[in-house]
Amino acid sequence: MNPDLAVVKTEAEVLISASGINQTWGNRHVLQNIDLAISENEIVTIIGPNGCGKSSLLRILLGLNAPDSGKVTRRKGLRIGYMPQKLRIDDRLPLSVAGFLMLAPGARKQRVAEWLERLSITALAEQPVQRLSGGEWQRVLLARALLIEPHLLVLDEPVQGVDIQGQRELYQLLPELRNELGCGIVLVSHDLHLVMAQTDRVICLNGHVCCSGHPDQVSISPEYNSLFGHEKSHQHGQHDVPLALTSELAPELAHYTHHHDHKHCTDGHIEGTKE
Amino acid sequence: MISWWLLPLFAGLGVAGIAGPLGSLVVWRRLAFFGDTLAHGALLGITLGILFDLHLTLALILSCSMLALILLKLDKYTGIASDTLLGILSHSSLAIGLVVLSFFDNVRIDLMAYLFGDLLAVNQTDLLWILIGGLLVVGLLIWQWRGLLASTVSEELAAIDGYPVRRLKAMLVLLLALVVAISMKIVGVLLISALLIIPAAAARPLAKSPEKMAILASVIGMISVCAGMAFSFIWDTPTGPSIVVSAAGLFVMSQVFNSVRK
Repeated sequence: MNPDLAVVKTEAEVLISASGINQTWGNRHVLQNIDLAISENEIVTIIGPNGCGKSSLLRILLGLNAPDSGKVTRRKGLRIGYMPQKLRIDDRLPLSVAGFLMLAPGARKQRVAEWLERLSITALAEQPVQRLSGGEWQRVLLARALLIEPHLLVLDEPVQGVDIQGQRELYQLLPELRNELGCGIVLVSHDLHLVMAQTDRVICLNGHVCCSGHPDQVSISPEYNSLFGHEKSHQHGQHDVPLALTSELAPELAHYTHHHDHKHCTDGHIEGTKE
Repeated sequence: MISWWLLPLFAGLGVAGIAGPLGSLVVWRRLAFFGDTLAHGALLGITLGILFDLHLTLALILSCSMLALILLKLDKYTGIASDTLLGILSHSSLAIGLVVLSFFDNVRIDLMAYLFGDLLAVNQTDLLWILIGGLLVVGLLIWQWRGLLASTVSEELAAIDGYPVRRLKAMLVLLLALVVAISMKIVGVLLISALLIIPAAAARPLAKSPEKMAILASVIGMISVCAGMAFSFIWDTPTGPSIVVSAAGLFVMSQVFNSVRK
C-alpha cells in the first residue's frame, strides 16, 4: 500500500464508527463483534452473501435499530444521505418527482433543479413518482440523498436491477461526488467479485468481518473466494482472463480478492483453514 | 338573530374542513380502521363521562386520546397483527360502553344520537369546540406538513433524514382522536371515518399534489355537508347519513370523471 495514502487516511476525520457490534435475531447470531470506521473522502464497499448481516449492520449504522451490544459513534451533526434499495410509494398519494424531492429536509427549489440537472433527470420533475422506471427511480432516490448535503452517503445495492450502462454511469459519478463534496461513501452489494474500482476498502461480511482490503488485485489467488462455495474458481485455477477483459472494457469495475483464513460450515460454525 | 340552521351548517362545514387534510393523511397512511376504532371506543368515553359527570365533549376527547396512545403502544410491543388488534379493541370497547351504560337505570341517553349523530342539536358551545379544535388541528398539520408527508412516504427514510417520526405519528394519532371526538355529534360514531375517508378518496383522481388533494378533500367534504343538509331538510332524512350519502355520490362522480378522462 502506498504509504502517503496511509498518512492521508489517518488525518481524515472519522464520520462514523462502530465497535463490538453484536446482533441476534431469535437464536441466530447475525452480527458478531463488528468493528468498523468510515472516514471523510473514503469509499467503502460492504459485500457479503444473502443473510450475511449486511442489512442489519446498515440499519444499525443508520440508527434505525439498536445493536444488542456494542456502540456506534457518529461525528457531531453528521448528515447521512441514504439511498434505499427500493421504495414503493402508494398510488393513493399524488406525488411528483419534484414534490418528492422537496420532502428532503432543507430542500429548496433551486437545489432540487440543480441535482435533477446534474443527474440528467430534469424531464422527470413533474412525473408522478409511481410511473418511473427502476433506473429513473434510482436516480431520483440518489438525488434525494444528495439534497440533504450529506457528509456520508449510503447506497444500498445501488446497481441491482440497473443495466450495465447505468451501472457504469453511477460508478463514474460516485468518485466525482466524493471529490466534490468530500463525503464518505458506503456501498452495499451482494456481488462478491466485482466492486467499484474507486473503492478504497472492501469489507467482506458474513456475520463477522471475514476479510477486508483494497480491491485492485485483478490477478487471482488460488484461495480466491473459497468461502462462498464457488468451487469453479478452484477448478479453473487461473480465472483472470475474463476478469482482465472486464477491467479493460469497464474501468469503473474492479475485482476483489478474498483472503480468508476460515470457512463457514453449513451449521453456522466457523472453522479455521490455516495450514 | 341567528337562523336555527346556521349553527349546524357552520359546524358541519368546520368538521368537513378539518377532515380534508387529516382524512388525506388517514388514507395515505392506511389509518382508516384506526379512526373506526377510536370512534367505537368513544362510546366508552361517553359512559365514563356520565359516570364521572364530566363535560361530554371533554370526556370524549380524553377517552379517544387515551385509546389512541394505547393503540400506538400496543402496535409496537405486541406480536398481534395490527388489524386484529384494532378489531378486538374496536368492538370490545363499543360493547363495554353499551354494557356499562345499561347499568344506569336513571340515565337515559339517546344512543341513536351518538351512533348516527345529530347535527341539528349542535349548540354554540359545540361550535366553539369545533372552531378551536379545528384551528389547532389545521395549524399543527400545516406546521408539521413536510415531516408528516416525508414519514408517510417512508418512515425509515424520514427517520434517517432526522424527522421526529415517532413524535409525528403520535401527534397525528392524537389529532385524529380530537377530530373524532368533536365530530361525533355531527355524523356519529358509525360514520366518522366515512367523513374522513370518502372526500379524500374522491379528491385523489383530481389532484396532482398532496396539498391539492388535502384542500380538495375539504372542499368536497363541505359540498357534501351542504348537499346532505339540503337533502335532509327537503326529504326529512337523518342529517348525518345524508351527508355521507352525498359524499359517496361525489366519490362516484369523481371516479366516473377519472375513467372518462382516461
